[in-house]
Amino acid sequence: MTVKKIQDVEDLRKISFHIRRNILRSLAASGSGHTGGSLGLADVFTCLYFSVMNHNPQNPRWEDRDRLVLSIGHVAPVLYATLAQAGYFPVEELLTLRKLGSRLQGHPGRDHGLPGIELSAGSLGQGLSVATGMALAAKYDKKNHRIYCVMGDGELQEGSVWEAAMSAAHYRLDNLCVIVDRNKLQIDGSTSDVMEIEPLADKWRSFGWKVIACNGNDHKDLLSSFSENEKSSGMPVVIIANTLMGKGVKAIENNYRWHGKAPTKEEAEQFIAALE
Amino acid sequence: MYLENRGNRPTKSGFGQGILEAGKIQPELMVLGADITASVGLDSFAKEFPERFFSLGIAEQNCAGVAAGMALSGKIPVFSTYGVFAALRSSDQIRVSLCYNNLHVIIGGAHAGLSVGPDGATHQALEDIAIMRVLPNITLLSPCDATQAALLTKMAVKDLKGPVYIRFGREAVPDFIPENIETTIGKGQLLKNGKDISIIATGHMVWEALQAAKMLWMKGVDARVINIHTIKPIDKDIILDAARETKKIVTVEEHQAFGGFGSAVAEVVSQHCPVKIKIIGVKDTFGESGQPAELMQKYGLNAGNIFNEALLLMNDSR
Repeated sequence: MTVKKIQDVEDLRKISFHIRRNILRSLAASGSGHTGGSLGLADVFTCLYFSVMNHNPQNPRWEDRDRLVLSIGHVAPVLYATLAQAGYFPVEELLTLRKLGSRLQGHPGRDHGLPGIELSAGSLGQGLSVATGMALAAKYDKKNHRIYCVMGDGELQEGSVWEAAMSAAHYRLDNLCVIVDRNKLQIDGSTSDVMEIEPLADKWRSFGWKVIACNGNDHKDLLSSFSENEKSSGMPVVIIANTLMGKGVKAIENNYRWHGKAPTKEEAEQFIAALE
Repeated sequence: MYLENRGNRPTKSGFGQGILEAGKIQPELMVLGADITASVGLDSFAKEFPERFFSLGIAEQNCAGVAAGMALSGKIPVFSTYGVFAALRSSDQIRVSLCYNNLHVIIGGAHAGLSVGPDGATHQALEDIAIMRVLPNITLLSPCDATQAALLTKMAVKDLKGPVYIRFGREAVPDFIPENIETTIGKGQLLKNGKDISIIATGHMVWEALQAAKMLWMKGVDARVINIHTIKPIDKDIILDAARETKKIVTVEEHQAFGGFGSAVAEVVSQHCPVKIKIIGVKDTFGESGQPAELMQKYGLNAGNIFNEALLLMNDSR
């Protein structure tokens, strides 16, 4: 049994607003963590967990659920805020982020028992291989569930990503969908300065993937991309989601200095008051 | 107990046999190929169960990650390649995707040690024990012959829950372990009792240790020989009994003398019952090309050198 899916874009926007607010609150409570990418992905996560994926917060280990592999473990705050919003655990627990004894580890850790976590991850470049293994197993078992893998654009500089991309295409894993968080920023600055990854769509295409590009902060665009993804036959799909790092908080949008920084409690309240 | 060589066999053939037999009983066993499927003994499985064999090419990091994804989906994946690549090229994937997630994956570290011979230093895994044994959740197996490799492989598939690294070689070596000897993962095996000195060995060095013990007997030295097939978790009891009862220990491994099996024994002994230990292994150097027997001779990994080192330790009264 899966959760009821929401198609109304206004309703999804409201959910994204709550998720952003909770991301800011949990980061302010922890005093450290990755704000920019987490905010930028709030719309992608809203669409996945409230409109696209088959899953059940009451039965997190449901065998036929769609799986989300978060390869960029550092944006754990958006995953946690989304899972809490979906009912996997109480929203108040978000305030324990990164604290000793918390189930909300700095990067997701399955061993800490938080429901809804598919993979302990955080070392970049590993998630797509794991997602590929899940997709292969699902094909072998003739299961219809889908595997989603959220990756960063800077992460694509890791060579192991392309080993995985090659293998997913080789096995024609059309039950696998990668979402690249294309915010064009990484810790040292813009991806084009640090290490150019363009032409990105051509790279994926040449590896045998179906490529869909969209505005990753536009629910309507995201929903049509995800529905396009489900029609894929014989090829894995990558959605290049063009996002703004820090989206929703004008003061920090598109500023790479907010990649790995948390707001103070005062800043968080200001940001929440100004949230769009 | 007098142990006889039933004939030389490479330990990799035991691994391949173990995987094939386990695969017949356990349908969730999947094998991932890294281009050298036949060299690591997995070709028989691939032929018998083509639908459960997935070729992934020369991409060890991806292999480890795909194994993690399969394990998270209820499969028991096996991937194997040269130990240098299995343990070192994919070590971050093994650390995070496999060990941190505590997934039941069998990693076969093939062609371990100098006995790969002519291929030379790049392909001789002499560091894999050191690197694998510090990873939380992993079980590190190092069978002494092909018979034991088959048995431990089947046990690792059937009885264990977390990640397993199993180390084996390409060169044909004596197959001597009795089929009926009690074998428990995590427990060492007393192969010859003795009161004067203990030789604690792993992998096919165990056979050399037994031969050294015979040579020592002729010199009036009663040596104990212990086979440690599980390097992690290591059997503290059998090691501490040896330390208390014989007061002197020689360890032998086809691996760097730093950080590996001897170090694991020394960690136990030094903390609970300090006695003198001689660690025989490769002395902080890379290997080279040569015939396996020539290399074992040059690097001191044979019965003759174990005998010499044991005598030196016996006569060391400091």
